Amino acid sequence: MYTLQGVTKQYRRGKSTVHALAGVDLTIEDGGRLVIQGPTGGGKSTLLQMLGGLDRPTAGSIELDGMDLARLSEAKLTKVRAQNIGFVFQSFNLIPTLTAQENVETALVPLGVKAAERRRRAAEALDSVGLGERLGHVPGEMSGGQQQRVAIARALVKQPKVLLADEPTGNLDESMRDEIMEVLEALWKEHGLTFIMVTHDSSIARRAPRLATIRKGEVTITENAAA
Amino acid sequence: MFFTYLRRELRRRRKAALVVASGLALGIALVIIVSSVSSGMSKAQDKVLESLYGLGTDMTVTKAATAPKSGSTGRPKFEFDAKDSDDDATQSTDRVMVQGFQTLASSTVGKVGKQDGVAGAVGGLSLSVMKVDGQFKRGEFQQEGGTSQGGGRGPGGGSGQPQGEVRGGGASFDVNSYTVYGTDVTQQDLGPLTSSKITSGRTFKTTETNAKVAVVDSAYAKEKTLSTGKTVTIHGTEFTIVGVSTADSGDAAANLYIPLQQAQTLSDSKNKVTTVYVKAADSQKIDSVKSAIQKNISGTTVTTSADLADTVSGSLSTASDLAAGVGKWLSIAVLVAAFLVAGLLTSSAVSRRVREFGTLKALGWKSGRVTRQVIGEALVNGLIGGVLGIGIGLAGAYAVTAVSPTLTAELGSSGGGGGMRGGMMGGGGPGFGRQSASKALDIALTAPVSLSIILIAVALAVAGGLIAGAFGGWRASRLRPADALRRVE
Ligand SMILES: Nc1ncnc2c1ncn2[C@@H]1O[C@H](COP(=O)(O)OP(=O)(O)OP(=O)(O)O)[C@@H](O)[C@H]1O
Ligand SMILES: [Mg+2]
Repeated sequence: MYTLQGVTKQYRRGKSTVHALAGVDLTIEDGGRLVIQGPTGGGKSTLLQMLGGLDRPTAGSIELDGMDLARLSEAKLTKVRAQNIGFVFQSFNLIPTLTAQENVETALVPLGVKAAERRRRAAEALDSVGLGERLGHVPGEMSGGQQQRVAIARALVKQPKVLLADEPTGNLDESMRDEIMEVLEALWKEHGLTFIMVTHDSSIARRAPRLATIRKGEVTITENAAA
Repeated sequence: MFFTYLRRELRRRRKAALVVASGLALGIALVIIVSSVSSGMSKAQDKVLESLYGLGTDMTVTKAATAPKSGSTGRPKFEFDAKDSDDDATQSTDRVMVQGFQTLASSTVGKVGKQDGVAGAVGGLSLSVMKVDGQFKRGEFQQEGGTSQGGGRGPGGGSGQPQGEVRGGGASFDVNSYTVYGTDVTQQDLGPLTSSKITSGRTFKTTETNAKVAVVDSAYAKEKTLSTGKTVTIHGTEFTIVGVSTADSGDAAANLYIPLQQAQTLSDSKNKVTTVYVKAADSQKIDSVKSAIQKNISGTTVTTSADLADTVSGSLSTASDLAAGVGKWLSIAVLVAAFLVAGLLTSSAVSRRVREFGTLKALGWKSGRVTRQVIGEALVNGLIGGVLGIGIGLAGAYAVTAVSPTLTAELGSSGGGGGMRGGMMGGGGPGFGRQSASKALDIALTAPVSLSIILIAVALAVAGGLIAGAFGGWRASRLRPADALRRVE
């Protein structure tokens, strides 16, 4: 469970300071699903970075299961990322020189999983996103949708508590969007993890049971009982 | 994962790896070529020295310079009878002189041999013979030249070119001079003759200590149409030629070789030698042997190969100075530049992969693991550069050896005037009695590559890789997981 209190993030660029997050208070239940939307530059990605332990807030606390990500040591934070957090990026962020299977394996490397076991689990994860036949392909040989599915397999192979996705369909065309959304939704249901996703897609936002809208660093929560 | 990732990076980003590697390769190749050429230079210098000293001689012992006596000792005198004008009979006379006019007692050889660290000592007597044949018509032959001999010292002192001149009459002359080396036939493993091969006939028998036999140098034999079986007359003594020798490189030490005792008799220097050739037991301890001899046997000058090397001039010494100077600095400069370029390229490669490394950190990779990956890649680039560089370097060294540019070495010119080539006086600088002959040798340059050069090249490759890795690794270690979201396209 996430508990955010007064999370502030300021970026200093020269003399001017950007207030990317301006005191965010938020709770996200385990297994819950949160969709984040808002205008560009509103602070969506910044919030996701705080939740994923990729960066630290300027002020405030971000508790994940009792650990404050804002104050954890670098080594412990790295461990939290390795064990608990799966990240899916807008532009896939696959290692271009590694095959699909090896890309998925990179998520298991910091957990100290043995090579053979790593390979097996990576193959399984790729199979679960429908890429069982593409283990040996490098990203350059795959479509955007396929690359994003490799990234999803990489995020999920370690069986994290939390899946964070920053506009996972942002770089994809219409048909692939739905495909990826279906994959994500199915996996969320199957694994029962906490799923937080940033999207610009208003149709997805409309269907979301819980919607956070960020404007100028401030969050407004909308509960949608109907969804 | 480390090796898989490494392999994939190197294979799929071959070009980037090759750029870094070839920079390093260039530097390493240059180091190999320059150092192999310099070792070729010192080999060439060794060859020059060998042609003077013979194989295995580590140093020579000669008489310490003493003030040259004025007077007739060193001055050759030719006496001809002035005949009547109609008499055109050929007259001939020759003078045998000890080269450098300085001799040591034969007993010195034994004393030197007993010194600590001396493995062998053998004495020899170098002579120069001046022969004048001619016809006179009522005239007087006068020897030209400086009146004060001065041992050939001072600029141009004692012109050394003996030019007989006849005044007051018609005459026609033939002045002919050659060198004779009296060799210790009982000890033939040391001394000047070891640097020549017998190409016809035989060498001396150890029993021929006082036999009237001679070995002639092939160049001189050709000039004088001498060959095995013929005879040659030196100062009235007839010697049978038993063999023809050919110098391994450059000029021979003497034109004729005869047994030591015969040489001593000819030059009227019983129990005298000009030079003692010394072989040290340990080539690393030459300096201590040198000082032992100089301390324990007074009146001697010891000259080591190293001392003699300082007197080598000509294109060989110019080239070796170049190799040691320009070549060394050039290869250091190129190497430093290559290291820097490799470092900067590696660092910029990391910059282009900011998102990749940021992503790995976001996935929970420790900073150290990412850094290690970068250093590993750089190290392999360095090793590829090393392999390429060793290949290019070997090819370059091989090419130098194949082309074998000819270098000339001039010796003894620092002896101070008194060119011995003309055949007499001279008596160069102190300690170089025998070497005062200004000698020119042509030596083919080779570029031998030793194992240690290869090992240095490998070490340089590793160092280059580590330096590049340090640049890149430092850059990579500073990346943050949030860089995974950086827009860098
Ligand atoms: N590393 C950074 N340095 C300086 N300013 C930053 C940095 N990252 C984000 N910002 C600023 O913080 C604000 C919030 O950025 P953020 O990326 O969170 O917006 P976003 O809602 O994700 O926008 P988009 O929809 O375009 O992705 C923006 O004004 C942005 O310029
Ligand atoms: Mg964003």
